[in-house]
Amino acid sequence: MSDKSYLDEIRNFCIIAHIDHGKSTLADRILEQTSTVAQRDMEEQLLDNMELERERGITIKARAVRLNYKSDDGNTYVFNLIDTPGHVDFNYEVSRSLNACEGAILIVDASQGIEAQTLANTYLAVEQDLEVVPVINKIDLPSAHPDEVKAEIEDVIGIPADDAPLISAKLGLNIKDVMERIVTSVPPPAGDPDAPLKALIFDSYYDSYKGVIVYVRVKEGSLRVGDRIRMMATKAEFQVVEVGYMGATELVPADGLRAGEVGYIAASIKSIGDTKVGDTVTRCDMPAEEPLAGYRSVNPMVFSGVYPADGSKYGDLRDALEKLRLNDASLTFEPETSIALGFGFRCGFLGLLHMEIIQERLEREYNLDLITTAPSVVYKIDKMNGETIFIDNPMNFPDPSEIKQAYEPMVEAHVYAPSDYVGNIMELCQQRRGVFKDMKYLDKTRVDLHYDLPLNEIVYDFFDALKSRTRGYASYDYEFKGFVPSKLVKLDILLNGDVVDALSFIVFADSAYPRARKITERLKEHIPRQMFEVPVQAAVGGKIIARETIKAMRKDVLAKCYGGDITRKKKLLEKQKEGKKRMRQLGTVEVPQEAFMAVLKLDDE
Amino acid sequence: MNNVSVVGLYIHVPFCLSKCPYCDFYSVRYSAEQAHAYAEAVIRNIRHYSAHYDTVYFGGGTPILLYRHIGSILSSADIADGAEITVEANPCMAEPEILEALHKAGVNRLSFGVQSMNADELVFLGRRHTTEQAVSAVKNSHSAGFENISADMIIGLPGQTEKKISYTAERLAELGVNHISAYILKIEENTPFAVSRPELPDDDRTAELYLYTVKRLAELGFPQYEISNFAEQEFRSRHNLRYWRCEEYIGIGAAAHSYYNGKRFCTPRDIASFIQNEHQITGITDDHPGGWEEYAMLKLRLTEGITFAEAERYGRRGELIQKAAKLPERLVSVSGSGISLTPEGFLVSNSVIGELIF
Repeated sequence: MSDKSYLDEIRNFCIIAHIDHGKSTLADRILEQTSTVAQRDMEEQLLDNMELERERGITIKARAVRLNYKSDDGNTYVFNLIDTPGHVDFNYEVSRSLNACEGAILIVDASQGIEAQTLANTYLAVEQDLEVVPVINKIDLPSAHPDEVKAEIEDVIGIPADDAPLISAKLGLNIKDVMERIVTSVPPPAGDPDAPLKALIFDSYYDSYKGVIVYVRVKEGSLRVGDRIRMMATKAEFQVVEVGYMGATELVPADGLRAGEVGYIAASIKSIGDTKVGDTVTRCDMPAEEPLAGYRSVNPMVFSGVYPADGSKYGDLRDALEKLRLNDASLTFEPETSIALGFGFRCGFLGLLHMEIIQERLEREYNLDLITTAPSVVYKIDKMNGETIFIDNPMNFPDPSEIKQAYEPMVEAHVYAPSDYVGNIMELCQQRRGVFKDMKYLDKTRVDLHYDLPLNEIVYDFFDALKSRTRGYASYDYEFKGFVPSKLVKLDILLNGDVVDALSFIVFADSAYPRARKITERLKEHIPRQMFEVPVQAAVGGKIIARETIKAMRKDVLAKCYGGDITRKKKLLEKQKEGKKRMRQLGTVEVPQEAFMAVLKLDDE
Repeated sequence: MNNVSVVGLYIHVPFCLSKCPYCDFYSVRYSAEQAHAYAEAVIRNIRHYSAHYDTVYFGGGTPILLYRHIGSILSSADIADGAEITVEANPCMAEPEILEALHKAGVNRLSFGVQSMNADELVFLGRRHTTEQAVSAVKNSHSAGFENISADMIIGLPGQTEKKISYTAERLAELGVNHISAYILKIEENTPFAVSRPELPDDDRTAELYLYTVKRLAELGFPQYEISNFAEQEFRSRHNLRYWRCEEYIGIGAAAHSYYNGKRFCTPRDIASFIQNEHQITGITDDHPGGWEEYAMLKLRLTEGITFAEAERYGRRGELIQKAAKLPERLVSVSGSGISLTPEGFLVSNSVIGELIF
């Protein structure tokens, strides 16, 4: 029998919060104060090491780090901290990291109070039986009202908040209180290091030298370098080359991992398909009988075609998607072909932000130039012949004569906002065909508006529209509810008389006219004038319902070739060549890649 | 003499009395002393190259400022009989004595920066000369014995009308100039116009003015032969045609460009360095010039365009025919022997040439 007393000194926890309530900043402070990171290596949002995350100031990927904390009780504790994303699109990442923890620090902004993701993430934590430790942040702000926020936490969430630490992560105020609360409130992990190995994979990524690296939480048993391990779902077996834990800035190898610990495994795993997030790792010499519960697989909500701007990069795009999926299990993709765009992939995303992030990551991290088509949700269609089909690609929309009944996905949405904006929010939800359910007061000035909304009305730009109508004060969250009968049509876009399949989308019949008008206007704005006049038309079932005309270009820049200096003219021609690369030839018309995305943002404001 | 190539000679004279607000060519304020040293440096450099010239062009800047030195510069070069020798001039400097000196030195073509015969347009362009001076410049040139005179005009000015363009063109025709260069005003970076940002006609309007200019100049006896150049066959600038036909030339002076011995190169925009160095410092801008893209880009500036025989030499005949067929007739005219751009095509020449060669 091994000694289990080491478990008492481990605390596995995550930080959950609404976006911008200060998760990453608190994580930075904790790293600093436990001296995990040398001062000279400290940079803001240390755990957000993706370039994109720092730029946007958001966390996309969960990140894990191990640190040592000497408590006031005289003992030194091992903290495994997992940073989580806060946006509605990344719920899945949150639930994955929660699985590796026993406790969650819930950060609430002292001036904003509870927001949509505060609740959504708290519910996820409670479902996983985590101990939730509320912390009130940003108490340095003049608008902070911590007492009301405490009351809100108790009333709305139903957890005691009276002794919640009042902190300012930005100023480093009262961070020690948080760490003491972790020691006292978060339970140590359970588990038996002598039992058969059960380690939950909660993340993985591809390293060009070491192959696939998996992040695990060891629930039972132990493993060491040299052990043979098996992935219980995929049945793939490997020899462990390296194990260790996650330092703040690098991986730190160790002799082994035991129950209760969080760490990584490298086992020369070359094939990306062999490791699945949510799978259980066990040892071949003493295999576990049952795998851990794993994760509920997430269903993508939004689909769009992703194509390489340069058709010859199709293979590179496939490799990049495979590698990204390793790191982001919520991404799905399968090959598709478009007449206009050639070979590409139909990708499934959790939401529009997720889609944008994936597109940007593909472009930056894999150096690809992409064209993304209008996002679509999944529609259900009962056909005349009795068949029921699900469609995530407008290209597959059947002829209207074959449709008996079409259904669109509906979500249950909650919008949290100051009550001053109720009118604006209701107006927006009505425009988006929302059905009002009820409204609750969270406190004297804040409400929770509950609406049923068609998913296809919110995937495009709902959040932007909501923010602009509430000065950024509203937050929202939604959950898939089911399919409801609807009148749907396919809107085709024609450039110079030819249908561009990649621009088609499915729309609620009554919205077809306004949408058609707006899209043709948008395309006119975003497609540069060509050498000939280009009609831009929108059609439903072959009938043209909107038209704009892009006039022929009359003049470009004329460079003098004077005194024998032809360098300017050459530069212009080089620019012309570069510009052409950013264009997609659709029939006779050259369309810039931006035009495909620009047509999506249709809000009036 | 057999192995000496016949090329063009371009001499850049980077001095001006004042800077025009639209001009971004390299020039500094004129000083007689510096001009003298500069002329000596030009002569040193001419002696350095062993080439034979059949066109010589003094461009600027304001090359006529160097009139005292032009004779000695020309006598230092090996120039063919009947060579075209051009000097650019500002109308306000066209005094009879100066013009006579130039003519005696062997100069046989003058190019005047007239720009407009409308007084208000000259004021807008910040020119030092008046319309009266432009008239006497041409008359004095004739008296001094010049029979080949070119004038520049600028179109696309704020509020410019067809009538004003026509007025300038008619006056120039009346005066008996033989060649007109008509440039569309473009705001260049690092010029006073880039700061004051005058409101120019939009692209559609500028296009109309340009097409009108092409038509009006042809009516007045100046058929178009290049995007911005108009003249009957015998008066077309032989020197400038070298550039557009991808033929070689040596450029001498600060900021001068050359295409010589199979390389394109240029000298720094630095007068002091040009004067101090025994031979001008040059930097290669293109190691392998004369490729298809460059050739097509230059040749398509001319109304003569590219012949299929020329395209054949680059192995592009089929491709060119195929690509040209996709473009509207409005922009490109295809004949049995080759293709060329129409005036409307010249206006969008970047795009059209891009379509034809990429």
